[in-house]
Amino acid sequence: MTQRVSWLWAALMAATALSWAFGHGLGAGADLRWSGTAVLLIAFLKARVVFLDFMELRHAPAALRLAFECWTLTVAGTLVALYW
Amino acid sequence: MTQTLKARAPHLPGEAGVWVFILGDMAMFAALFITFVYYRRADVAGFVHSQHALNQQLGALNTFFMLTSSWCVALAVHAARAGLARRAQGWLLAGMACAVSFVVVKFFEYSEKIAAGITLTSNDFFMYYYMLTGLHLLHVLLGLGVLSYLWRSLCAPAGHSTLRTLESGACFWHMVDILWIVLFALLYMLR
Repeated sequence: MTQRVSWLWAALMAATALSWAFGHGLGAGADLRWSGTAVLLIAFLKARVVFLDFMELRHAPAALRLAFECWTLTVAGTLVALYW
Repeated sequence: MTQTLKARAPHLPGEAGVWVFILGDMAMFAALFITFVYYRRADVAGFVHSQHALNQQLGALNTFFMLTSSWCVALAVHAARAGLARRAQGWLLAGMACAVSFVVVKFFEYSEKIAAGITLTSNDFFMYYYMLTGLHLLHVLLGLGVLSYLWRSLCAPAGHSTLRTLESGACFWHMVDILWIVLFALLYMLR
């Protein structure tokens, strides 16, 4: 369990580096909005990792986990829609 | 077998009341994130131009501190569950050191902006920048208080209530981390 949390921390750092790359020209050949969308989706994937494994909602009662899944989906979906 | 079944049973980390607070706070920040992107639509060029004045390296450094702090606090909860109170305190201290580093970096970032004449009233982007990061900074300071309280609570003999308190405080701290993850994307990375 401790090892899993540590691997996820490394994955979160790698995702941050990927987000940095998208924010600094990766995929800029196409419409810039694609790299912006990637930045937003990476952020909400990172948020999901934190609430499932650091906050331990993976093993929480279904209603609470559902509330957080809805938060992630609704906020990410609205932001991406507004961004385009 | 019983142990396996027990491990798989749903477990609510921390107190129920803390989750009401966390969900309320996340709903408020969701509204602020949506408002920011909504107003960004009206002036994309202006927002992107203002964003260039931000110190992205410092933003990324603070992301490192927040993620690492959250990781340390998660490890503290695991250590406390295993009955290793001293180790849990050590992880909490490491988490607090990262939180203090975040505050110091934020102080330098704000100083840099203010010295360049960039304030809350400069334009819409900076109004949101100061408002969102300021509100988040308040949560970080509150979280630092919570982490110190958790550190002290681990000095007492370990019990069910200590673990519950630790889980509650840790979940609040992870929420502060989640909010920063989104803020970093919106303010520093989104083109």
